[in-house]
Amino acid sequence: MISPPLLAIDDLEVRFRTEEGESTPVRGVTLSVAAGETVALVGESGSGKSVTSLAVMGLLPRPAGRVARGRILFRRRSEQIVDLAAMPSSEMRKLRGSEIAMIFQEPMTSLNPVLSIGEQIAESVRQHMGLGRAGAVKRAVEMLDLVEIPDARRRVDEYPHQMSGGMRQRVMIALAMSCNPSLLIADEPTTALDVTIQAQILALIDRLRREVGMGVLFITHNLGVVAEVADRVTVMYAGQVVESSPVKDLFRSPRHPYTSALLNCLPARAKRGADGRRMVQSIPGTVGNVGEGCAFAPRCAHSIEMCRTSSVALEADGERSARCLRWREILA
Amino acid sequence: MEQSPILLFFRRMFRRKLVLVACIVLFVIVLMALLAPWVAPYEPTAIRVIRRLKPPNELNWLGTDEFGRDILSRIIYGARASLGIGFAVVMVSMTVGTLFGLLAGYFRPLDGAVMRVVDALMALPDILLAIFLVAVLGASAFNVVLALSIVYTPRVIRVVRASTLVIRELPFVEAARALGVSARRILSVHILLNVASPVLVQATFIFAYAVLAEAGLSFLGAGVPPELPTWGTMIASGQQYADDAFWVVLFPGLAIVLAALSLQIVGDGLRDMLDPKLRKAL
Repeated sequence: MISPPLLAIDDLEVRFRTEEGESTPVRGVTLSVAAGETVALVGESGSGKSVTSLAVMGLLPRPAGRVARGRILFRRRSEQIVDLAAMPSSEMRKLRGSEIAMIFQEPMTSLNPVLSIGEQIAESVRQHMGLGRAGAVKRAVEMLDLVEIPDARRRVDEYPHQMSGGMRQRVMIALAMSCNPSLLIADEPTTALDVTIQAQILALIDRLRREVGMGVLFITHNLGVVAEVADRVTVMYAGQVVESSPVKDLFRSPRHPYTSALLNCLPARAKRGADGRRMVQSIPGTVGNVGEGCAFAPRCAHSIEMCRTSSVALEADGERSARCLRWREILA
Repeated sequence: MEQSPILLFFRRMFRRKLVLVACIVLFVIVLMALLAPWVAPYEPTAIRVIRRLKPPNELNWLGTDEFGRDILSRIIYGARASLGIGFAVVMVSMTVGTLFGLLAGYFRPLDGAVMRVVDALMALPDILLAIFLVAVLGASAFNVVLALSIVYTPRVIRVVRASTLVIRELPFVEAARALGVSARRILSVHILLNVASPVLVQATFIFAYAVLAEAGLSFLGAGVPPELPTWGTMIASGQQYADDAFWVVLFPGLAIVLAALSLQIVGDGLRDMLDPKLRKAL
């Protein structure tokens, strides 16, 4: 018997009430993360990847945002399966930081400037693990050791401004890991860091995943990072999943035109032009109004009349799925 | 970098000499008020009619008033009431104002209600509102504190609410929420500590305003009862003799100016130091 996945998002729809009326940044997203697995959620700004993660965390801005449809099933440490979308907020709060943790994009501003990093880690473990003051500080030092911060015993009393961006992101990871979460959501954790530090942070997250066996939902727009860390990839466009696939297959033979367009944006994969230089391609246009048909159709080189008029379902095929009417033709 | 933060604080604070002077003046005034029974040469209420309205001399350094009471002693004791009332106003308006400011800034539905009350209170001129309140409540030190607290609390609410609105949107608040920190703790630790510096600056200004306003109220007869020496009551009862005996009003007046001015300068110094943009310019 296969145990159910750690996280299974099923047909999730998130709606936001704005002054201009209702918007739907997430329109029927389905994805899953198994224990010990890294799933990358890829998409451009505004594709709904961050909103999806906030919905999982129960952190949608209130009262504007709400889950309008779908379920977010999460397997708790007790093996009990709960629907996070329907969970009362007080219950949800106990889960956050203890079983589900999140690291954010901005290490420079995601730590409270007026609390020492030890106090910030201690705050979380005291609340979730019920440790006393001394135990919490000990735990904080352990966590800093775990994320490879040198001289943890001394640095635990330092304030965020005394640390570099890379160090702060390590602290953020220490914070997230402090209560042994089974699911880690990493929202572009390396975007704000320079390249050498990025690799270190990715390696650290990967090491922790292997050691603890947690599932990681890795949100990014950087396909280079995806190739490095992910087991599976889910590509989002305009609030929908357009392709979902094991990482190797995706890079070898993308099925959705948007995915191939994204891959063509990678300098290393760009085709060489007449002068021998690589030509990075861009995807023309912007995400327009989402109507009946395929959301990507207006920007798609392969689109035909039918793409714009009929709704396109996510077509599953073994481990892979794609939301495109013509992917077989295009591939051939 | 390996410098104690407290030392660093004072070094930055006193880079401007004027701030240092103001701090010393303030310290001396506060010390005088606290040690009044030991430093005052006479009882503040000791009446000696033969020495009435004497100009400053070797026995009464700042002269005597219409009852022959020593003005220096009355100023020293008056500092207790004036600063005491000012301090009480600061404490009350800070506490209440911070609480409501945090709540209004964090819980959006509360915001409208709280801010309308604040707007209404701030629409009225400070001193007029205070006079009205004391007139209704009756003249006593307690009611003066109450009235001035009602006058100044809205200012604190505004400052705290504005800071809270900014801070609640910062990533570290969301990060704290993502760690399961409760709303109460986010407010009382994460946000409160970050609004502390503007509140502290505001506190020094309110202290100065309160000392001035108390003097004004007492002068207008809507303050503390005249038996209790405050700087305001001294000027109020001395004003009819001011033509012949200027010292009766001059010295309490100077005390008010000195206290209010040094509080303002200290407040300015704090603000400059706590604002990182201005700090660099210093």
